[in-house]
Amino acid sequence: MGEALESLAREVGGLAGVRDVRVEKDEVVADAERESLVALMTTLRDDPRFAFEQMMDLCGVDWPERTERFDVVYNLLSVSLNHRLRVIVPADEKVSVPSVHAIWPSATWWEREAWDMFGIVFAGQPDLRRILTDYGFEGFPLRKDFPLTGYVEVRYDEERKQVVYEPVKLTQDWRTFDFISPWEAVTTLPGDEKVHQDRVQVARVPPLPEAKG
Amino acid sequence: MSEDILPETGEKKHRVIEVDSHALNFGPQHPAAHGVLRLILEMDGEVVERADPHIGLLHRGTEKLIEYRTYIQNVPYFDRLDYVSPMCEEQTFVLAVEKLLSITPPERAQWIRTLFAEITRVLNHLLNVTTYMLDVGAITPSLWGFEEREKLMEFHEAASGARLHANYFRPGGVNRDLPAGLEERIAEWAETFPKFVDDLEELMTTNRIWLQRTVDIGIMTAEDALGWGWCGPCLRASGVPWDLRRAQPYEKYAEVDFDIPVGRNGDCYDRYLVRLWEMRESVKIIRQCLAKMRPGPIKVRDNKFSPPPRAEMKRSMEALIHHFKHFTEGFHVPVGATYTATESPKGEFGVYLVADGTNRPYRCKIRSTGFAFLQAIEHLSKRHMLADTVAIIGSLDIVFGEIDR
Repeated sequence: MGEALESLAREVGGLAGVRDVRVEKDEVVADAERESLVALMTTLRDDPRFAFEQMMDLCGVDWPERTERFDVVYNLLSVSLNHRLRVIVPADEKVSVPSVHAIWPSATWWEREAWDMFGIVFAGQPDLRRILTDYGFEGFPLRKDFPLTGYVEVRYDEERKQVVYEPVKLTQDWRTFDFISPWEAVTTLPGDEKVHQDRVQVARVPPLPEAKG
Repeated sequence: MSEDILPETGEKKHRVIEVDSHALNFGPQHPAAHGVLRLILEMDGEVVERADPHIGLLHRGTEKLIEYRTYIQNVPYFDRLDYVSPMCEEQTFVLAVEKLLSITPPERAQWIRTLFAEITRVLNHLLNVTTYMLDVGAITPSLWGFEEREKLMEFHEAASGARLHANYFRPGGVNRDLPAGLEERIAEWAETFPKFVDDLEELMTTNRIWLQRTVDIGIMTAEDALGWGWCGPCLRASGVPWDLRRAQPYEKYAEVDFDIPVGRNGDCYDRYLVRLWEMRESVKIIRQCLAKMRPGPIKVRDNKFSPPPRAEMKRSMEALIHHFKHFTEGFHVPVGATYTATESPKGEFGVYLVADGTNRPYRCKIRSTGFAFLQAIEHLSKRHMLADTVAIIGSLDIVFGEIDR
């Protein structure tokens, strides 16, 4: 198992447009360059060494503190060779990622979803409409700076006999608790060095902006 | 109007072409739409020219909500995705969390999970196959099927306390052990159930109306099915022998013996047959699970990941603290990412989980199965009659809780 993964990683690493390959938790992950993505994906599908007939999943991940804030993650599967590969491409609000819908037709809806949720633009995608959110929705809900409650809420107005959109009004805000204990993080007392070393490194997530309105 | 050039004289001739095209709004409140599918059909008479599914009417923002809750609080969200096969969805998430935590549940927990994943598979196929028949006009199977489903939901209830939204699997095992006598009841059911499948098959498999409505309708070739990201019974009906339980075994699937039914034509009828045979295979797996299951612990002993028993809490201060921390803070998952996929009754259900070292997921992408199936609906229903579209939707086994998330 491990040997097969290593050899797949080596072969993927030799392809043009791949920046870095690693094996993480028994999964092969490749960081790719945006510009040569289509050529790389075509090779991964057509080359008999890889034969990734299927793109099972495409999704975005938001890292707001990075300069290129989005990751576009492609999860590929080969049913003939029984292996998987994860390709990660960085993206931004302003730069577009080449669409792979011509390689795998299944990409269209996943790309529409990534556009809908994160605002990632896919160049060459002819059908880049919103898919999951409401007709006329504004904003990109899965970005980290989008509040959990959203900005508008919907209700049926008995007087106007129609559904109306209003700013969100909450009787109580969603409460987030800071579970990072001050006792554990501030200082390391003499004798406790090993305990602190073993403890899972916890990243402090910056507080999210309040909901507007 | 179009311009043709007459071959004899070379002069232009105007010709009027009548296009009988109109758009039809199918759903979102149509009983055959299996939930809230809104399908904009462009019709040429009674023939479908274009089909544009509008989804998202059941979008609840599950992926966003998951980012704000601890790992244990997130398990119930998975029941509510594909509410027809709740435990299989839980299983994927639980396996993903376990992979990031690098923990392995005890033997018995794995057997219980395999057992209930298969019970859920039968539950799902029963609903799909019988309501699919209902869509094309057969009422009897759905009445029969729901009676059988009721028996299975009693097993769910006995194990977890809930008929549908089980919330039974946990990272590191299952919530509690099976109650006394449940294994015997399941074994008893497994003896009688194949008879039901035989009856259903006798009623439907050679039924003239059923054959006319499903054979050669909505054909998907193996090559197309792969390109459209298909998986599970629908892919197998197209002739690709691919099953994650066999190819990339998880839990106890490597230790049980079962066959994988594969279709040949990839039409609606083959998709029905594959599901019918899968029910039989699931019963085989259920029997083996019951035979190989041994008493033992049902969750990891480490109190960092599973709560201490109630009795211990009353005596031990340590246990009380663990209990409190477990249900308020939860456990912290080390930095990492995984794409974990399992063979849910509908096909490959995947979770792409990114952990940042805190007690909540940084990102949890849910790879829903029906999303890929529904995307191909235009490809499938082009140049089919409107009534065939209903049969195609039924054969795809789509559930909107999962597609819209």
